[in-house]
Amino acid sequence: MRILTGNDLKTGAVTWWTGQDWSLHVENAVDVTGSEDEIARREESARRVNVPYAIDAELHEGKPRPAHIKDRVRALGPTVRPDLTLKPADPDIGNWVI
Amino acid sequence: MYLYDQYDQRQVDARVEEFRDQARRRLEGKLTEDQFKPLRLMNGLYLQLHAYMLRVAIPYGTLNSRQMHALADIADRYDRGYGHFTTRQNIQYNWIKLEEAADLLADLAKVEMHAIQTSGNCIRNISSDHFAGAASDELVDPRPYAELLRQWSSFHPEFSYLPRKFKIAVIASDTDRAAMRLHDIGIQIVQQDGELGAAFYVGGGMGRTPMIAPCIKDFVPLDRLVTYAEAVLRVYNRYGRRDNKYKARIKILVHEMGKDEFTQAVDEEFARMLDEGIEPPFAELERIRTFFEDPLFEAGASEEIDRGDPDFALWVDRNTVAHKAPGYVSAVISLKPVGGIPGDATSEQMRLMADLAKDYSFDELRVMHTQNIVLPHVRKADLHALWTALDGAGLGAPNLDTIEDIIACPGLDYCSLANARSIPVAQKISERFAANGKTEALGQLKLKISGCINACGHHHAGHIGILGVDRKGVENYQLLLGGSEAEDVSLAKITGPGFDEAGIVDAVETAADVYLREREDGERFLDTYRRIGMTPFKEALYG
Repeated sequence: MRILTGNDLKTGAVTWWTGQDWSLHVENAVDVTGSEDEIARREESARRVNVPYAIDAELHEGKPRPAHIKDRVRALGPTVRPDLTLKPADPDIGNWVI
Repeated sequence: MYLYDQYDQRQVDARVEEFRDQARRRLEGKLTEDQFKPLRLMNGLYLQLHAYMLRVAIPYGTLNSRQMHALADIADRYDRGYGHFTTRQNIQYNWIKLEEAADLLADLAKVEMHAIQTSGNCIRNISSDHFAGAASDELVDPRPYAELLRQWSSFHPEFSYLPRKFKIAVIASDTDRAAMRLHDIGIQIVQQDGELGAAFYVGGGMGRTPMIAPCIKDFVPLDRLVTYAEAVLRVYNRYGRRDNKYKARIKILVHEMGKDEFTQAVDEEFARMLDEGIEPPFAELERIRTFFEDPLFEAGASEEIDRGDPDFALWVDRNTVAHKAPGYVSAVISLKPVGGIPGDATSEQMRLMADLAKDYSFDELRVMHTQNIVLPHVRKADLHALWTALDGAGLGAPNLDTIEDIIACPGLDYCSLANARSIPVAQKISERFAANGKTEALGQLKLKISGCINACGHHHAGHIGILGVDRKGVENYQLLLGGSEAEDVSLAKITGPGFDEAGIVDAVETAADVYLREREDGERFLDTYRRIGMTPFKEALYG
């Protein structure tokens, strides 16, 4: 599957296309295979996202998980600062990246 | 240290307001990202893996306590309570919001700081010896020359769009503490027949094509320093490649032209320029020099250090460095606690370091390219009080230049260019050697880790270097041996096939054990490697 990501223009936060809006959480992302360019163009011109692009992903326990480690680190936050990730309370979150 | 005059301040303030307008237009959609990107990069604002990242310039690594306090305040107000000191004596913030970036820059400008020319194909922050003005072995303080070059290179219209980024380092001792020959231009202030001048080394660098800069001119009179630097830049600007970014650095030009032809081109340009009046009046250099006069060292300061506390004594032995003034040392604050993130400091730690600089080091701090902080002028009599305060804040690690004092780039945890994580490897290695007790026996062993071939972690210059690569989507680490960024400069060589994350930690210990087995009296790891070569290490690593 392909999922669409970018950054929030104002804050720079990593965001994911949910089909209707942009979310901070990759598990909310939807498959955009075939329509990624059109959505990216539309959303960027509306300034709802900055520099959007599509990446490969796979379903992991029913939720999208980026295929490449770089995108997984990007989705979660720095593995060396779990307190700054999106799931600071999950002690095993690093396993999700690796 | 240098203080802004009205022109410096006006330029920086004007740039803040210019950027404020550019950011506003971007947020309003009047600029596209393609239009805005080069503008934000000129102000040090990158879009990194997780957010915008701001790189703040710290000229030749020198700070006062007011500036360090401001960096701490910025970490709290605009970021997440910490900053990362880099391998070019700068500081980076990882979580900046575009909508707040102009306010941040305005706060920086209030303490005579900025982020200008910390990105882009221009002359970057000029680095220097972190012990400048304090070192017992220096000819003169190199910072006035670095400051003169900073002023010359700031907003230089001819060199704002070079073929590629351009880095300059200035030192003034035979001991190279600034990786001088691994810069685009390395300048060493030297003396010849009683006159001071500058030796120019041109075409060094790391990255995907590491090269050691050759000396193209062993003596340029100081009243021609800027003119000669400009001649080098003009030749590069004219002949440097712009068709391929991987071949655009000056090191490639020097290599392809050959040192002699390149030097001839510079000398011809220099000769043409002598009548152009480019060189600033020598009085300006003298004016700058007055900002770097020695502080009032206490006459007859005690040489005694009470070494009764063994932990303190170890820190003194490892983390203090000889000073030119009797009764003083330079004290290194390690930002490498066991298992910590190399170069990171919390806002509380920054404030403490600032306060300690004010109390014990004439209000001055330095950032080392090895990602530690120096208090350059500390009385020996004050060392115990200083160490006590540092140790209580997690800043008392006694590990300068040991295998636990690891340089590591941000790597894949933060950097969009990286292929592998650097920081976790550094953490595991420091934990391994802290646990196995070999650090003391290993002595000086410089270990440097980069998360990609761009080599921000200086892996080419490590006695032991580690390069993270992406092998079919999996992190893999190559081991290198035999590099040095110092006066005995050399480039490290790859041992062989790479290792996974656990394997690279084992491999480093294996290489260290070969050294411990093979070393002769007085040899550092690097000396032993140079004597016995790669073969014994390869045999131990790969069987």
